[in-house]
Amino acid sequence: MGTLGSKVQQVLNEPGCATNQAKPSFDRKKGCNRLLAPGAAAGGCAFDGAKIALQPITDVVHLIHGPINCEGHSWDGRGAKSSGSYLYRTSFTTAMTEQDIIFGGEKHLYKAIKEAVRKYNPPAVFVYQTCVPAMIGDDLEAVCKAAAKNLGKPVIPVNVPGFVGSKNLGNKLAGEALLDYVIGTEEPAEITPCDINIIGEYNLSGELWQVKPLFDELGIRILACISGNAKYHEVARSHQARAAMMVCSKAMINVARRMEERYGIPYFEGSFYGIGDMSDALRKIAQLLVDRGAPAELLCRTEAVIEREEARAWDRITPFKERLAGKRALLFTGGVKSWSVVAAMQEAGLTVIGTSVKKSTPDDKERIREILKNDAHMYDDLKPREMYKMLKEARADIMLSGGRTQFVALKAKMPWLDINQERHQAYAGYEGMVTLVSEIDKALSNPIWEQIRKPAPWESSSAQDEFSIHVA
Amino acid sequence: MARVTISDKYCAVNPLKMSPSIGAALAFLGVDNSMPLLHGSQGCTSFGLVLFVRHFREAIPMQTTAMSEVAAVLGGLDNLEQALVNIAGRTKPALIGISTTGISEIKGDDLRGFLKLIRANHPELAGIALVDVSTPDFHGAFQDGWAAAVTRMVEELVETPQFETGLSRRINVLPGCHITPGDIDELRDIFEAFSLDPVFLPDLSGSLDGHIPTEFTPTSLGGISVEQIRRMGSACWTVAIGEQMRGAAITLEHHTGVPYKLFGRLTGLAANDGLMEFLSDISGVPVPKKYRRQRSQLIDAMLDGHFYFGGKRVAIAAEPDLLFASSHWLHEMGCKIQAAVTTTESPVLESIPVDEVLLGDLEDLEMRSVGADLIVTHSHGRQAAERLQIPLFRVGIPVFDRLGAGQQVTVGYRGTRNLIFDVGNLLMANTHEPTAETWIPKQQQSRNLVTLQLVQ
Repeated sequence: MGTLGSKVQQVLNEPGCATNQAKPSFDRKKGCNRLLAPGAAAGGCAFDGAKIALQPITDVVHLIHGPINCEGHSWDGRGAKSSGSYLYRTSFTTAMTEQDIIFGGEKHLYKAIKEAVRKYNPPAVFVYQTCVPAMIGDDLEAVCKAAAKNLGKPVIPVNVPGFVGSKNLGNKLAGEALLDYVIGTEEPAEITPCDINIIGEYNLSGELWQVKPLFDELGIRILACISGNAKYHEVARSHQARAAMMVCSKAMINVARRMEERYGIPYFEGSFYGIGDMSDALRKIAQLLVDRGAPAELLCRTEAVIEREEARAWDRITPFKERLAGKRALLFTGGVKSWSVVAAMQEAGLTVIGTSVKKSTPDDKERIREILKNDAHMYDDLKPREMYKMLKEARADIMLSGGRTQFVALKAKMPWLDINQERHQAYAGYEGMVTLVSEIDKALSNPIWEQIRKPAPWESSSAQDEFSIHVA
Repeated sequence: MARVTISDKYCAVNPLKMSPSIGAALAFLGVDNSMPLLHGSQGCTSFGLVLFVRHFREAIPMQTTAMSEVAAVLGGLDNLEQALVNIAGRTKPALIGISTTGISEIKGDDLRGFLKLIRANHPELAGIALVDVSTPDFHGAFQDGWAAAVTRMVEELVETPQFETGLSRRINVLPGCHITPGDIDELRDIFEAFSLDPVFLPDLSGSLDGHIPTEFTPTSLGGISVEQIRRMGSACWTVAIGEQMRGAAITLEHHTGVPYKLFGRLTGLAANDGLMEFLSDISGVPVPKKYRRQRSQLIDAMLDGHFYFGGKRVAIAAEPDLLFASSHWLHEMGCKIQAAVTTTESPVLESIPVDEVLLGDLEDLEMRSVGADLIVTHSHGRQAAERLQIPLFRVGIPVFDRLGAGQQVTVGYRGTRNLIFDVGNLLMANTHEPTAETWIPKQQQSRNLVTLQLVQ
């Protein structure tokens, strides 16, 4: 595992990550791979992270080499959408058995790759290494190399046994696989001065499609989105883009930075969440393209689009103001930068009374403090029990969070809105913020809340009085 | 008599199977104030946890020993110790159920030895029941893990009675993993109607039935208590549901002398007649009026429904005991089982009313479903059903794209009756309206089409 070990070291010590660079040199090597506490850990493994990052590539076979635990429980589980091929929703796994453990799984894996290629004829196969074959010493790279040679197709090893670390590390190792085996291996038929890459956007619930019409209007072509709604050839040809945007915080920063190093593609870190952030993203993309030779009038056209879209979005949010005024929200997001969402919520009349800053950098925290004007709590780690108590005592009217804490709110009989990756609504761009506000309104105004909070006829009314006092 | 064959593919496509390690975890969730712990990397837990959350729409307490690369090589004693101490400190459970995974099994961690060492060093664990079970991901399937966990709980927790048994109205029920929380509620009513006092091991109807607890609970929200498990030796009978529970029932009998009766399934008229007869026999209570009436209602539903079931071709993919129950019941309604795919070995497979039972995946099911009128499997069958334009009836775990998976009731006369309505409605909604061409033979249809094209 020498090569994997050094790879892990390399991605953890990421020079492009400002957070990491701010640490003392010893800690830098540890990256953001927090040591997990057995019995008190939450979240997925490195393999999980790699699959999240690569599975949105729609037209390839994603083959998981491992026992059934790794693929059998999670396939077709994420909402990454496709406008073309649906092969990515088909699950492929070697489903290793005792035989493989005893005799080694390499031959099995080779035959599985061959079988998948024969049956589904994809442009490429991504093969994921998991813990068990890593422990018994299956040489993933060698099998993939042999298969690629004999089958005449790219077979990409993604070496991510779950036990090497967290989901975030898996995102980065997935990026390494793209850098080592995919990006730059093919040439696009034509290039334009307005070609961009979007890195770290997975088209969950179709969010890429909320922003793509604006790029289309401006004549900006998405050469490759890595990896939402991507086709294999698009990723392979993405090295010819003129500029890149890196989204989803720092999950794939290594891809953006190394593409800048290797191919001179400048990038910036941005977000599609929030009206201001969306405008910033458009502005920065246009600027980067113009810096690299795109016609300067792109800047004016971009400003015009921003002005029009911002006005339209705020117009559509305003009607909610009256309905949402004074409602108190708790905001617990993971990767998404809280402040961009906070701004939209405040504009809609909501008061954000608390937010998580667990994954935020000191800069992030400062910015949140500014926006919230010190009257909100910032929580590093709010235990579910505390969260439940706050909601139960009606110190908030709604919680926005990920699926993990969904039932903390619902069991406290409090409105809840999914703003994590498993959500079914798309919240990107100007469109997305209007959707978010209307979803908050829908959740708050549902008539069930009043009904379910009334005591049963056999319960004393004092409990109800107490509750009314809190709510009022 | 069905032939049982094993798929000869190297690459499983669209898996039907799930791991025994999470089967065991779900069994532990049927114990009150419990915390399942998977001894593996954190992904082993998180994938299973998300799957259960999506199926039950409930918070799922489930922890991990978070094995790192180093721990996987050097052994997981420290990780297990830390995990148990952390869980005990944070959530104070009554039981921690530890299932192994592929990682810890390959390393060869001796869990039982570890637990002895850890207990000796940590008096704070004294009040917590610790049950370990071996569930390597590369051997067997979900129902095997569930069954193994129940057997281990019996071995570890049930006390050998010091006095003569068989005098009480207490009855032990060992439901297979295909028995839903809703099924358990239904069965409890049935047993109680015979003046019997049932306890279920595991009892998901207390923990995952979807109810609102009065306060925040970081462990399972209900289920059989550890104390009740200890006293299972005082029952007069054990009823096991599904062949998978035979091992646990036998272990319980050896341990306590409580005799057992196994019901392969409780879906269908004859199957439930068997249950009624047995309960009446052991309780001395005649079958209550309520169930006589329900039986009559079931017969009426069979009369009304058989028109829509007769001759229909059904393709089923499910774990052995669920496959056994569904296929026999559909067969009894007049359906022809066109294909049967399952996950793991079981003695019931040979009796499935079909030519071949295949240990395979959902790609195998899809290939064998062409021309079928109905597909019966879990939610992952949705892609195949869409491609083939065949209605899908969702059974088993996971069902993540419909509400109420935990409350689907298919046991008892009433459960069977409702199942006839649910499946019958699906078949009825999919009857094809006749057109002018319906009765023209296929060959002639294509000739007509050619002529038409020539004319144009």
